[in-house]
Amino acid sequence: MKLRLLLLAAASGFTFAAPVQSDELPACDNCASEMTVVSWGGAYQNSQVKAYSDPYAAMTGVKFIYDESSNEAVAKLRAMNEAGNVTWDLVDVEGPDAVRLCDEGLAMEINADEDLAAAPDGTPASKDFGESLISGCFIPQIVFSTTFGYRTDVAAWNGATPTSVCDVFDLEKFPGKRALEKRPKKNIEWALLCDGVSKAELYNVMETDEGIDRALAKLDTIKDDVIWWSAGADTPQLLADGEIVIGSTYNGRLFSVIEEQKQPVAMLWDYQVFDFDGWIIPAGLPEDRLNRVKHFLKFATDTQRLADQAKYISYGPARASSAPLVGKHEELGIDMAPHMPTDPANMGNILVNNIEWWANYADDVDAKFQAWLAK
Amino acid sequence: MSSTISDPASDGVVRAADGTPLKQRLNRALRREKLRSFLLILPLLAFIVLSFIMPIADMLFRSVENQIVEETIPLTVVALKEWDPASGEAPGEEVFAAFHADFVQAFKDKKHTRLGLRLNYDEPGMSGLFRKTGRPSTKMQPPYKEAFIKVDEDWGTVETWAVIKQASPAYTDGYFLNAVDAHRTAKGIEMVPENERIYLFLFGRTMFLSIVITMSCLLLGYPIAFLLASLPLRSSNMLMILVLLPFWTSLLVRTSAWKVLLQQQGVVNDFLVWIGLVNDADRLIMINNQFGTIVAMTHILLPFMILPLFSVMKTISPNYVRAAKSLGANDWTAFWKVYFPQSIPGIGAGAILVFILSIGYYITPELVGGTSGIFISNRIAYHISTSLNWGLAAALGTILLALVMLLFYVYDKIVGIDNVKLG
Amino acid sequence: MSALPPYASKAQITWHYTFRAICGLIFFFLIFPIIVIMPLSFNAENFFTFTPKMLALDPEGYSLKHYQDFFTNPDWQQALWNSVSIAPVATIVATCLGTLAAIGLSQSHVPFKSAIMAILISPMIVPLIISAAGMYFFYSRIGLQGTYWGVVLAHAALGTPFVIITVTATLVGFDRSLIRASASMGANPVTTFFKVQMPLILPGVISGALFAFITSFDEVVVVLFLGSASQKTLPWQMFTGLREQISPTILAVATLLVGISILLLTTLELLRRRSERLRGLSPG
Repeated sequence: MKLRLLLLAAASGFTFAAPVQSDELPACDNCASEMTVVSWGGAYQNSQVKAYSDPYAAMTGVKFIYDESSNEAVAKLRAMNEAGNVTWDLVDVEGPDAVRLCDEGLAMEINADEDLAAAPDGTPASKDFGESLISGCFIPQIVFSTTFGYRTDVAAWNGATPTSVCDVFDLEKFPGKRALEKRPKKNIEWALLCDGVSKAELYNVMETDEGIDRALAKLDTIKDDVIWWSAGADTPQLLADGEIVIGSTYNGRLFSVIEEQKQPVAMLWDYQVFDFDGWIIPAGLPEDRLNRVKHFLKFATDTQRLADQAKYISYGPARASSAPLVGKHEELGIDMAPHMPTDPANMGNILVNNIEWWANYADDVDAKFQAWLAK
Repeated sequence: MSSTISDPASDGVVRAADGTPLKQRLNRALRREKLRSFLLILPLLAFIVLSFIMPIADMLFRSVENQIVEETIPLTVVALKEWDPASGEAPGEEVFAAFHADFVQAFKDKKHTRLGLRLNYDEPGMSGLFRKTGRPSTKMQPPYKEAFIKVDEDWGTVETWAVIKQASPAYTDGYFLNAVDAHRTAKGIEMVPENERIYLFLFGRTMFLSIVITMSCLLLGYPIAFLLASLPLRSSNMLMILVLLPFWTSLLVRTSAWKVLLQQQGVVNDFLVWIGLVNDADRLIMINNQFGTIVAMTHILLPFMILPLFSVMKTISPNYVRAAKSLGANDWTAFWKVYFPQSIPGIGAGAILVFILSIGYYITPELVGGTSGIFISNRIAYHISTSLNWGLAAALGTILLALVMLLFYVYDKIVGIDNVKLG
Repeated sequence: MSALPPYASKAQITWHYTFRAICGLIFFFLIFPIIVIMPLSFNAENFFTFTPKMLALDPEGYSLKHYQDFFTNPDWQQALWNSVSIAPVATIVATCLGTLAAIGLSQSHVPFKSAIMAILISPMIVPLIISAAGMYFFYSRIGLQGTYWGVVLAHAALGTPFVIITVTATLVGFDRSLIRASASMGANPVTTFFKVQMPLILPGVISGALFAFITSFDEVVVVLFLGSASQKTLPWQMFTGLREQISPTILAVATLLVGISILLLTTLELLRRRSERLRGLSPG
């Protein structure tokens, strides 16, 4: 599995000679002076602002407008496309959404070697990004994972701490409210793994109706104690407020709760689910806006910039050459490597988001899941 | 107009000053007045029709519109006309050849997954089938039937083709069927499996919660309206401010207030723990469930109950109650037999208003309802922005709209639209 | 009910006070949630609850930092600016069109009056989610989705029923012989409108405008669907805030909004009194 190699490479950090980045950008001819960038809000968007758009704006004077609509990106892009009036220039989406947008012709196909900067040592972008180029339209930024965080001060647990993802399903040993995402992906996998399905068999089981029913039955055992989240910032907030004792979310959000806000929360890395997140360019942009986007992307996806993002949030850069450049947190000054999902210590049990499987079955499973949820 | 002369002319017709018959003059004046009032109304009417009625009509249309199949695979739709699913056999090579031509084109235009998604609403699994067949389709050689079946056996089944054939017409009732948990199978219209039924249940819950909210508004609103109507003007005006302030306060402000109050670590729980009524370890769960929705929405809609009740009660003369009492009725009888019946129009107006507003609510259930306190509106929003099943969203919206219109008709009969009062 | 007669029995007295107590509790329910957010918005901590310091009335427990955040955070400022630039324009459109139509409707011989009325009132009756969905699809088709004018037109449409209702209500008490008197003295219809009719229905027009304003200023569902990032309004920012990054800044904004509501409410009350005085309905 090539992805695994990339992750390991990112984690172990084989060294490149640190390149001298020129601060000079090539001129941009016939380029728009504004960019509307769609992202997820919160700490993640903040890291993008600091690592990409602020430096770029300082160099070019371009005005950035951020729209926190990544959650509804597919729907809104489809509506805009139908109207022939696309107001977004660059959209941050997760891998599966990128695949869907590309399939439907809503995202523009890119040529990685032409549109993205090569690594400092001359490795072409397509090779440097490698397995993370999951779709012809996708411009990867980061590897992130969905995992659990729990409060470290729960009296009812009598000193025990969760060590396995299955502890989420153990209401006796670990009573209290949990937070899970309001969609089937990942929850179904965790439920089946904790119901005794082996990792190898997982997706075969999920392909059957009985498999999904089995997962829902497992989820039923904790349903009354679950708060369902739809935004990545929910779980950290609920954890900090003490509204829940354990909950799933993106690892970077948990980092910010633990290390930046110093809340009594800890990570449970067991069976974290890896995913890619990155940009897509909407199809059908007028020329001046497209020129601007391409100009920005060449800057924002280069080796140094991707490594810079990791100064602000604990997500692994998606290109191999950035990994060795990951250093310390910008403000806290702590080493970022152990907080990366790709750190070997955190990779005991992992899953990688099975985009192909979910692309084929998402609609059917989702219908069942939502019906189950409503009852 | 006032300067008519009543000179009975030779033909017996009453004439205006300039000699035209008065009747004609009056008619003309009436016509002019009609025209003038119509011209005054016209700009707004045109504006509302363009900016509001047409969007609604457009949405209603989406609930039956189904051009996508015919547009994406036109040759196949024609070829399938000859095929009868009842034959029990998959269509022949000519259908597959037509389908291949269509499909390769659709793949080039990147439309095949969208069609797959559309067919998936009728038959789970179609989305995956279309997606899977995408790239291989470009390399297929005749005979196409075998080529397709080689990609996936499902292409050889009668069911797959029956679904496509059945989805071919440009208009469909499929979304409406889905909206009531039914779907059309080869055997006719059937309910979907028990564990996938959701919409009738949600409509039911929306109605149920709305009734509960309406009842609690009535329960809380009646005494307040009664008090306000019976107090002297000066003090009732003062107290009225307590009703109007929430009415004028942003919906989101009130919703956030309830979030602050009802959380487990919130003000109410803190208070209960502090007075020792509740143990710190088992704080009450009052939010992200039905309870949260009911409390917050009762608070938000209460002014809509109090105001119509108050305006009716103000018109009830105290003399009736006094008369009843002087005839020997006790307080309760006087209230129940004399006062209460006269306040029923207010109850009707307030209750229908609150109910209409409540069944369409979206924001508050979304923020405090969790999963057990959400309404059909939340589901509509979900289908618009997340699942992208816009046809189903439109069908659900149409049903909800019909429900509201019906209630509004009743409201109009009881109260009259002209009598809606604000503030 | 207003006062107890001297001969009231013990049961009557008990009931009298019980009833008042019940009403007091209901008033408390109505007003407490709005009051409680005010002190919390001065919380020195990032919590939604009263800290021990706050309860001890220790000045250290209080701070203006959430207000400071609101006034310095570009997101909130942008949202405030968007709200302020959308709501007044929507209000003007709604008020002008609505007032004209209300005058037209108040005349005696309007054909299809009730049908027209039903259409004009419909934006108030149709559930917001349906309006939002319909406008989302339709405005997308004609290229208005995600534009400033798209949001303004949608908000104006939502606001007009309120203008119609309030203006119609003032017109009910309007003595039409005044128009005839004015005309008989040689004033043309335009002069009559501005010199005679307008001053009398002005309170209705203004309160309708206030309703239209608050409709647009508070509206979140439609703008959520129709708007794009550059039309993000205050309620939208609050909605995302409540769903995503919950911070006490929301309570600071909420407190400011309550202040605006109080202002609007006072204006309305004064208008109502003025209108009643003008029309001789109340002694003053």
